[in-house]
Amino acid sequence: MDVFLQQLINGLTLGSIYGLIAIGYTMVFGIIGMVNFAHGDVFMVSSFIALIAFLILTAWLGISSVALALLIVLVLAMALTALWGWAIERVAYRPLRGSFRLAPLISAIGVSIFLSNFVQVTQGARNKSTPPMLEGGIALMQSEGYTVFLSYKQVLIMTVTAVLLTGFWYLVQRTPFGRAQRACEQDRKMAALLGIDVDRTISLTFVLGAALAAVAGVLYLLYYGVVSFSDGFVPGVKAFTAAVLGGIGSLPGAVLGGLIIGLIEVFWSAYFSIEYKDVAAFSILAIVLIFMPSGILGRAEVEKV
Amino acid sequence: MSVAGINVLVEETRARQAAATAPLLAIRDVSTYYGSVAALRGVDLEVGEGEIVTLIGANGAGKSTLMMTIFGAPQARTGSVVYAGQDITRLPTHAIARLGLAQSPEGRRVFPRMSVFENLQMGASLHGGRHFAGDLERVCALFPRLKERLQQRAGTMSGGEQQMLAIGRALMSRPRLLLLDEPSLGLAPLVVKGIFDAIRDLNRQDGMTIFLVEQNAYHALKLAHRGYVLVNGRVTMSGTGRQLLDDPAVKSAYLEGGHGVAAGA
Repeated sequence: MDVFLQQLINGLTLGSIYGLIAIGYTMVFGIIGMVNFAHGDVFMVSSFIALIAFLILTAWLGISSVALALLIVLVLAMALTALWGWAIERVAYRPLRGSFRLAPLISAIGVSIFLSNFVQVTQGARNKSTPPMLEGGIALMQSEGYTVFLSYKQVLIMTVTAVLLTGFWYLVQRTPFGRAQRACEQDRKMAALLGIDVDRTISLTFVLGAALAAVAGVLYLLYYGVVSFSDGFVPGVKAFTAAVLGGIGSLPGAVLGGLIIGLIEVFWSAYFSIEYKDVAAFSILAIVLIFMPSGILGRAEVEKV
Repeated sequence: MSVAGINVLVEETRARQAAATAPLLAIRDVSTYYGSVAALRGVDLEVGEGEIVTLIGANGAGKSTLMMTIFGAPQARTGSVVYAGQDITRLPTHAIARLGLAQSPEGRRVFPRMSVFENLQMGASLHGGRHFAGDLERVCALFPRLKERLQQRAGTMSGGEQQMLAIGRALMSRPRLLLLDEPSLGLAPLVVKGIFDAIRDLNRQDGMTIFLVEQNAYHALKLAHRGYVLVNGRVTMSGTGRQLLDDPAVKSAYLEGGHGVAAGA
């Protein structure tokens, strides 16, 4: 029971990070029907931005308050990563709009390779680590020498995810921008006929997706304290899996999928073998897709017209 | 002379006056292509402020292409589209919409996974919520059916209701020029009558300029001040609604034996 509870906490934490990245996949897919394979690497870049910003703030500027430093790091990482997201769409995807379907996909893989290599060249191939921050936590239960521990980091990660999901859901469902975005998803030409600047809406979608990936990147760095140039790939694929599992195009689905993947991974590692955790996660994906082809919260494609 | 005859005279005079000043919309020698296939070949057409102008023609004549060319999607390859004195031929679609043109397009194109209310909000996007409540009331008064269904998902409504929504959505932007592409397509005769009445009211009471594409030639010509006939991407005839209705060629091609007479009888 104690082990179970501890793994539940760990799984939800990991799942939250996957969920935040998955929102970026799902939004971009929703609006232009493209899998942005570079999204995982955007997440990795944001981790590096956070790392560098944190080191500058603490070592050079001598800011001693961890909370303040984290806040500044978060804002900086979101802003700079959003800029990356905007630039990638502008340079690598927009010129290919209207081209054959595979073209932007190939371009996305190219961007992905570029980003990981760019970071490898400029930052080196070795793991980079931060000094430990935000240590400590709450001991929830103690029995037979085993302590169920909820760290402050985990509380922070889950809270931030919950708040952002609520905020995003509100943005998409209730604001004019969200409405314009959904309109572009459903009928781009009609949206333009109503005066919606479709290109701008797509740009903003990339910017928002990248900003969320940046939050995930900061939290990832905070949680593990280490990042390397190749860290975009696996979390990226996992988050993409989460988006598909939850129903691609669905915002709550992305987070739900993220949580499920995180939980499976953590529980499998705890009770079976850590080597096969990815096999377990992807097997569940395959099984779910056999019975629910559009994902857990995805909508069926059949529609009355 | 009968009252109806005087009405026709009044309308013709009004139409001539409108055409004498600079037209609100002027299409000059426009050709549009899909790939290498010409859909429009040198079309000339004018819509004056305060007019109802209709464009009739068979399936595939290029009517909807002309409607979309006005909005730059696709753009005309040659010729020009001038709206209120401004050349809009090369403007992006959304910029054209912001100038005060609105379209209820072919196939209605309501947003299927949005509620009726949200679709109408989309129509009002350009005004950012100003005078939304009043405009919503006006559209609901015009199409009471929509008022009952504000929270329903547009994709689940019947064709007639979707048509009303498409027109209502276009009206929400308070257009100076309203383009309607086959508003009567696939609708029951009673619904058609309701929609044509609504169009007439918009023109008479609100002074809205309307450019109407129709297969239902009889109704459209009766309603319009002036009309054009489009055949294979070319304008072959133009005149007042009455002149075209009485023209033997128009009669035989678009009225007699066609659904126009059947629906109008």
